[in-house]
Amino acid sequence: MSEEYARHLQHLENLGLGRLYPRRPRISVAMASCGRAAGSEKIYRALGDELESRGIDAFLAPTGCPGLCSREPMVSVLAPGKARVHYSGLGPEDAGPLLSALAAGEVYLKNALGAETEDHLVISGRRISLGPLPEGLGPMAGLDFYRPQVRLATRNCGCIDPFSVHEYIGRGGYRALREALSREPAEIIREIKKSGLRGLGGAGFPTGVKWETAAGAGNGEKYIICNGDEGDPGAYMDRSILESDPHSVLEGMIIGAHCLGARHGIVYVRAEYPLAVKTISHAIAQARELGLLGKDIMSSGLGFDVEVVRGAGAFVCGEETALIASIEGRPGEPRPRPPYPTREGLWGRPTCINNVETLANIPLIVHRGGEWYGSFGTAGSRGTKVFALVGKVKNSGLVEIPMGATIGDIVLSAGGGPDRGKRLKAVQTGGPSGGCIPASMTGIPVDYESLAGSGAIMGSGGMVVMDERVCMVDMVRYFMSFVAGESCGKCAPCRDGTAEILNILDGITLGRGRPEDLDTLAGLSRLVKGSSLCGLGQTATNPVLSTLRYFRNEYEAHVKDKFCPAGVCRQLVIYRVDPDLCAGCGLCAGDCPGGAILGGEGRTRAIEPDSCTRCGACYEICPQGAIYFTGRGISDAMDDH
Amino acid sequence: MNIINRHTSPNGRVLSILEEFQRKYRHLPEEALRAAAGELGLPLGQLFGVATFYTSFSLRPRGDRTIGVCHGTVCHVKGAGRVAAELEKALGVAVGGTTADGRYTLESVKCLGCCSLAPVASIDGEVQARISPEAVVKLLQPAAPGGESGE
Amino acid sequence: MPWMTINGIKVQYRDGETVLAAARSGGMEIPSLCFHPGLGHHGSCRLCLVEILAGGRPGLAASCALPAAQGLVVEAGSERVIQSRRMVLGLLLARSPEAKPLRELSEKLGALEFPPRPDTRGCVLCGLCVRACRAVGQNAINFSGRGRSRRVTVPFDLPPGDCLGCRACENVCPAGAIKVVESRGRIAILPWQSELETVCCSKCGAAMGSRPQWESLEKLFSPSLLRAGLCPACRRRLQAAFHG
Repeated sequence: MSEEYARHLQHLENLGLGRLYPRRPRISVAMASCGRAAGSEKIYRALGDELESRGIDAFLAPTGCPGLCSREPMVSVLAPGKARVHYSGLGPEDAGPLLSALAAGEVYLKNALGAETEDHLVISGRRISLGPLPEGLGPMAGLDFYRPQVRLATRNCGCIDPFSVHEYIGRGGYRALREALSREPAEIIREIKKSGLRGLGGAGFPTGVKWETAAGAGNGEKYIICNGDEGDPGAYMDRSILESDPHSVLEGMIIGAHCLGARHGIVYVRAEYPLAVKTISHAIAQARELGLLGKDIMSSGLGFDVEVVRGAGAFVCGEETALIASIEGRPGEPRPRPPYPTREGLWGRPTCINNVETLANIPLIVHRGGEWYGSFGTAGSRGTKVFALVGKVKNSGLVEIPMGATIGDIVLSAGGGPDRGKRLKAVQTGGPSGGCIPASMTGIPVDYESLAGSGAIMGSGGMVVMDERVCMVDMVRYFMSFVAGESCGKCAPCRDGTAEILNILDGITLGRGRPEDLDTLAGLSRLVKGSSLCGLGQTATNPVLSTLRYFRNEYEAHVKDKFCPAGVCRQLVIYRVDPDLCAGCGLCAGDCPGGAILGGEGRTRAIEPDSCTRCGACYEICPQGAIYFTGRGISDAMDDH
Repeated sequence: MNIINRHTSPNGRVLSILEEFQRKYRHLPEEALRAAAGELGLPLGQLFGVATFYTSFSLRPRGDRTIGVCHGTVCHVKGAGRVAAELEKALGVAVGGTTADGRYTLESVKCLGCCSLAPVASIDGEVQARISPEAVVKLLQPAAPGGESGE
Repeated sequence: MPWMTINGIKVQYRDGETVLAAARSGGMEIPSLCFHPGLGHHGSCRLCLVEILAGGRPGLAASCALPAAQGLVVEAGSERVIQSRRMVLGLLLARSPEAKPLRELSEKLGALEFPPRPDTRGCVLCGLCVRACRAVGQNAINFSGRGRSRRVTVPFDLPPGDCLGCRACENVCPAGAIKVVESRGRIAILPWQSELETVCCSKCGAAMGSRPQWESLEKLFSPSLLRAGLCPACRRRLQAAFHG
């Protein structure tokens, strides 16, 4: 790299730092998809309008996702010499008062979550001190949600404007690339192997080994593909990283290009993520302008360019051979491996496919060293993993924790346990390919081996919390209908086997189940798992097998007693009012979609069974706990059919 | 420049072209697929296979507005089914269908990745957080000032 | 020659050969449906599954697509393999209860029972017809839809302009699912709604195949094969009379 380019990078870094730590206040509004859905655009506009009408000199920045999605919309204010204050749940009406306080040099305290007194730039290790903790506020890092976290892959998420390459460079971005370009590819691959980084998209294949294979696959045309076809329902870390910090992924890809000798890169993003397509496309254009992509990257002679390909709605395209078929313009049908794509991939050329989160870690490993990265986590599972902690949990969002933390650390500590005082029943990891871990096992560590041993999997990192009101049979029926609908239909076990399993589960949730169905389910599930062509079918029945292992009694209640203990399967419950507990408030009547609540103002209520849709809304809203449910009795349930 | 020639990179070309057709015509007309097959030198059967494989594409026109009720895991446990049922009632059309007046298409979409705000739905691609059946029905009102006139 | 182990027996193979090919040339029986030596492998029917015990990723793999490798040890008749085959057989029989190779195999192995699927028109989705049509160079038919809605169709379910009426699809179909009806001067390939004119011998009137097929052949031959418009038998008779 030329001296001139090094000076240029330094100049860009200064520009970035000037934006991140301006001499005027910086107001950041989290505007990733979650934030936008929660109304952050309205606040952003309101803040912009108020700044203009009041003539206040401040820098308004749209940033990415800070992770605490259930508290969106999130806003933060950094005034020079002061700590950064974070807010949750502000509305447009707060813009005026917030800015008045800012103009007066005061801290607006309404909806303030906490404050940061210093910033830690993970790439350089540099700490930037901001200001003292304001009175009445605790540190953000002290919040339950953030305390156990180590944010490596998500180091810039929520801190920078994803549309500003300067802010990325300001936080140490593209330093790793600069270094990588002056090092031998083999040396970098050794470093990645040393880090222990494994593919974070689900399969957990060692990244260094994959790179080594692809690097050794001749000197001809090669491709590097970023797999952003994040399809697991309940997992969205890849969306968040692409939307919040696209350059980290791009930098990882360019380093990969240098190591593998690839000249073409593709970011494959699923159709449901329009904002991610926008942010990564913008990042690519910026990188080209700055000579970070193109014929002569950083004046080093490396030539590499990246394009974005949008998926079109098919979960199976997350499987690498299906993804390749999709890019080549065919239906996303997997093919048998070997040959693996690292030998024979896109257009028959060697192709290295890495997941978004995996690539985002690469710059960090290259700059801080494999040993440093490997110091997080456990011996077999190094580094961190981002989990989407969602479902029936108090604090919900993206948590990045070192491997080896327990399920309890995540769900109970960071997540604050189940919402609304309910009892924790299970934690589902790995989406439709994963399994359910019962509440009694929250002590197991989150690493590849322990999760696999429990019948669940790490997968892409979805972690869905389930309380007593989630029916495990219904849950599994949901997953099975998902995979049956997403199966490409090529191989018989996945296409027809999952559909037959779904038939049986449908029967059980409708009250038609027989005790022998459970063995049939287990048998078929094992056969489909063993005999399917690709990863979709080979993992599709994991939810069935793991729930049969841990929640067999719940299946048995469905097939033997014709009762759904969670009160979810509508054919198997009947809701009643306990007259001794009912206070006659009538809240239930207001929420009943079927108009099934009998009894007038101030009187004890009753439920008219024929109009009751058994949605459970009354059960959830009753402040007295006077509504309960029982089974309908075997004869009643059978009468329906 | 027409839609077919605009996409020059071979990577993802078929998906991009079909996606643009879908956006322009709200479905994939037979003539468009025939033209694309001719220009790209691909079998029509391959394009028909792609058109019927991916959920972004449809062979029948979709409505002016598309409502996608998210059926991710969390949305499922938080009542996506009820939301979809209410919408089916309000629009008089089953999930997957388009209203007779061509205004709305009701779809079930796979996880939108906004699980912390479940249940969610997307209306013309914009994600709406913590929706209730009533709220979604209300959201549709501004675009339908004529109510049930059904022009 | 390199060797691998199948069912405990050392089997030699040529470089590039699959496990299925190696087994068959060693005289061992592994059932298959979607594989055809002339059309390559598809890996979709899963009847040719073998269990990898050593020398590869452990588990089941389709032997039609699995490259033979030195030191690879597979079992083609293990309990796991047989159970899986029984399930696959049952699933395929539910689609196509009359398919002869499936019935024969199920008599030998037994098959799991599943509710019949009357909507499949007997098609097992092995894709041989699709691949045969591609090999002919026509691509008149293809897969459409996905999951349980997957079918072999002609685009838009309209009579295909590309069908030659060559009947390659009918000939490779293991399930007898492609019905062809020939009547005077016409040939109809029912599932593709393809109805074509046949060329008949100008002397005896025997049907000689569809006109589009002859037309595509005519492009390749000069002088014309159809010059005299005679079927082979009549042509030979004429030649014999001429020379004799």
